[in-house]
Amino acid sequence: MPMAGEKGRGRLFVIAVPYLWLLALFLAPFLIVFKISLSQDAVAQPPYTPLLDFSQGWAGFVDFLSGLSFDNYLYVLDFSNEFIEAYGSSLVIASISTLLLLLVGYPIAYAMARAPRSIQPTLLMLVILPFWTSFLIRVYAWIGILSPEGLLNQGLMALGVIDEPLEILNTDIAVYIGIVYSYLPFMVLPLYSALEKLDETLLEAAADLGCPPTKAFWTITFPLSLPGVAAGALLCFIPAVGEFVIPDLLGGSNTLMIGKSLWTEFTVNRSWTVSSAVAVLLLLVLVIPIVIYQNIQQRELEAGK
Amino acid sequence: MAAEKPRNQTIGAVRRTFAPWTDPDKKPLIRFENVVKRFGDFTAVDNVSLDIYEREFFALLGPSGCGKTTLMRMLAGFEQPTQGRLTLAGADISEVPPYRRPVNMMFQSYALFPHMNVMDNIAFGLKQDKMPKADIAARVEEMLKLTKLETFAKRKPHQLSGGQRQRVALARSLAKRPKVLLLDEPLGALDKKLREETQFELMDLQMDLGMTFLIVTHDQEEAMTVADRIAVMNHGVLMQVAPPSEIYEQPATRYVADFIGEVNLVEGKVISASSEETRLTSPITPHPLHVTQGLDAKPGDEACIAIRPEKLRISLDPPADTSVNCFEGEIWDIGYLGDLSIYHVELACGQRIKVSQPNLSRVVQRPITWDDKVWVTFAPHAGVVLTR
Amino acid sequence: MRRGLTWFNVTAIVLGFAFLYIPILLLVVYSFNASRLVTVWAGFSTQWYWALLENEQLIDAAWVTLRIAFFSSLVSTVLGTMAALVLTRYGRFRGRTLFSGMIYAPLVMPEVITGLSLLLLFVAVNFDRGFWTVLLAHITFTMCFVAVVVQSRLVTFDRTLEEAALDLGCPPFRTFFSITLPLILPAVVSGFMLAFTLSLDDLVIASFTTGPGATTLPMRIYSQVRLGVTPEINAVCTILIAIVTVVVIIASIVTKRAESLRQAEERAALQG
Repeated sequence: MPMAGEKGRGRLFVIAVPYLWLLALFLAPFLIVFKISLSQDAVAQPPYTPLLDFSQGWAGFVDFLSGLSFDNYLYVLDFSNEFIEAYGSSLVIASISTLLLLLVGYPIAYAMARAPRSIQPTLLMLVILPFWTSFLIRVYAWIGILSPEGLLNQGLMALGVIDEPLEILNTDIAVYIGIVYSYLPFMVLPLYSALEKLDETLLEAAADLGCPPTKAFWTITFPLSLPGVAAGALLCFIPAVGEFVIPDLLGGSNTLMIGKSLWTEFTVNRSWTVSSAVAVLLLLVLVIPIVIYQNIQQRELEAGK
Repeated sequence: MAAEKPRNQTIGAVRRTFAPWTDPDKKPLIRFENVVKRFGDFTAVDNVSLDIYEREFFALLGPSGCGKTTLMRMLAGFEQPTQGRLTLAGADISEVPPYRRPVNMMFQSYALFPHMNVMDNIAFGLKQDKMPKADIAARVEEMLKLTKLETFAKRKPHQLSGGQRQRVALARSLAKRPKVLLLDEPLGALDKKLREETQFELMDLQMDLGMTFLIVTHDQEEAMTVADRIAVMNHGVLMQVAPPSEIYEQPATRYVADFIGEVNLVEGKVISASSEETRLTSPITPHPLHVTQGLDAKPGDEACIAIRPEKLRISLDPPADTSVNCFEGEIWDIGYLGDLSIYHVELACGQRIKVSQPNLSRVVQRPITWDDKVWVTFAPHAGVVLTR
Repeated sequence: MRRGLTWFNVTAIVLGFAFLYIPILLLVVYSFNASRLVTVWAGFSTQWYWALLENEQLIDAAWVTLRIAFFSSLVSTVLGTMAALVLTRYGRFRGRTLFSGMIYAPLVMPEVITGLSLLLLFVAVNFDRGFWTVLLAHITFTMCFVAVVVQSRLVTFDRTLEEAALDLGCPPFRTFFSITLPLILPAVVSGFMLAFTLSLDDLVIASFTTGPGATTLPMRIYSQVRLGVTPEINAVCTILIAIVTVVVIIASIVTKRAESLRQAEERAALQG
């Protein structure tokens, strides 16, 4: 079978290269994180024990296994260590932010999809453009606006709305603003592509059957845009839970987010094992939304065929 | 394409006598042996055995999803048979990849490479064979001339009309002089008039080049026009393989009779059957129906008579002998098509029958009209008895 | 229907874009402020831009970042295109679910997790951290974005074009380079650009995986931003914004032109 052989080799090559790359640099690292989360910190290089020592053969493996423990998880799950609180507050902040993103993003996406066809590509580009400029810069821009002597407070005081500066920077409100601002394109784009696909004759049919526009929106447009809502919400929610830069730059010292806790645990406390345990638990929290997101992506792909 | 050339005098002679399938010593060029193709649970091609001969213009005809395209794609090499063998000039090609088969295909969508101009599209296959540059140029030139595309050589596909693109696709698939040219609904995208012209051009081209053409189509008129033989397919099974006139006049099954053209099927029971003639009872008339066609059946077996609408005669007055293939009815509906009229006649038993009559004169004294009582008759050689 | 500019639609678009653009505009404006106090306007000046030229640390970091972004996006474009082919063309094979999982998961994976896990991998295999580890990390997470971009183009790709090439005697490998690649090139290029910007932009993953001598620009900016807003940083940001804006606008004009031409060609080639 010359064909099967030839075709098989080419096919195998194209599958194997990206597959092996991702196995080695995406999946394997997770297994290592999991393994280290079961280890203990040590003053050594690398700074944890036990190490898997193959020179000892089977005995080394048994030693290694008996050296593993769930201590780090017990530590992370201990209420007095604030990790539980950080997980909870991350989920709350991410949920509220996602909701705000929907409220802000839906009208924009809707208006874009209803705009004249000729200007839609330009609008689309204008939404994407800020995404191309650095994430860090976009977060940084808000520091100058929200700080007590910042432009927002200056403006409001000049208008006489307030007498003394509002404390916005270094609070949770600043974190919400930062997340909504940074993630807005991720919300608008899936919403737009769902709304843009909508067949307009459906609305005409609804109107023809006596349905007023507002009702038509809730009974036709919105239900049909739900896949876009789900995709956008997950695309924002999942990374927002693990967000580190925004709470670090805009949030206050009492803004608890798990990404920040992990970073602090790793860089300040230098505990690799505890940060690994934090990462594993964070992944566990996110595994369900990630799987849902993948299913949506997969369905989109199948539908496109 | 070749339409304005003076007619090659031998073509008529060749067309009249060409029937390699009747010669048992003749080796087929293409042979499907018990070929089965399954996609998961779905059987697209079900145990098909078929021989196609050199220089034949062969048509695969059937409704969409009948397996005709799958059969063709197996010949091109895009699908492998699940079971069975596929040979080309005696060699098993079931496992040969498409790029090593001496078979070329003209795609339904034309599949012209959008980033290449007409010349490069035509030259593409020749370049793959590492043909010398001068030879490629000469062959491309020849193909452009053959398809009358000389002035469009440098154009890209999107700068051509539908008919021109169709000719580029044809030129590209002919350029390598394949043993077999596969045409997948080649004229489906053309409008009716251009399609009919192109059908005759294809026939002449096939004759001139002396190639074997295999066409897949769902258009029965197209198949009848161009093909030496037609294979009618349904649900992955070959229903009948025969020349167009035989398919039409001697359909093998009810399905074929019904699929090709219009037909009236009258169900009945055999009274007597010999090798020359058959008599049946039927609900449409108290007299036995009589057909001069032999049938291997016992009295009492179920059978049916298939009669084409144009082979029925209709009149307001009863014929001289009302006992032979004659029945009475009432005009239920009339379709006036200009050249002919279709009458829907409701018989006493409730069955409706279609009769078509040419409108031979411009003015008729007493035209047949709605609710008229009419007599319908047919000659014993006009009907076909079917048991399947 | 209600296509066009109703007051609701106009308001939504104007407010939305104001929200997106005003913070950036303010940042740009204040980079030309003569005062060191970033929130008090004290006249126009370009002094902070000149100051940048003397900031060698920053220039070094920019150079490292550009090199990493260029090479990582080059490799990730190749890998991502292969992955997109696997996802759209190879149907079902054993391990496909895991594969598509590994493509889609990094798109939403919190960066802290990706960064930490890659760092621990490099430590476990005793790989010296620096330029190369950041490069590997960036290839890994950007290739998934390339894969998604290219995949969405491949889904709409008419496969009979490839079949036609095979039918005319062109083997699969050559078919890819002479037919498929030229036609999906706009998507591959935008995949490359996306990978490039993501790499340019990345702070968290680079911070985890880097080592001595490989400090990237975002890391440098971040460490200064934590100390407060300074006009130099505003100037750096403005330069970056200007570069990105110009490149994106040029690229979008070019690809839009190429795309509309391609679509016209393809529509025509497929009977029109």
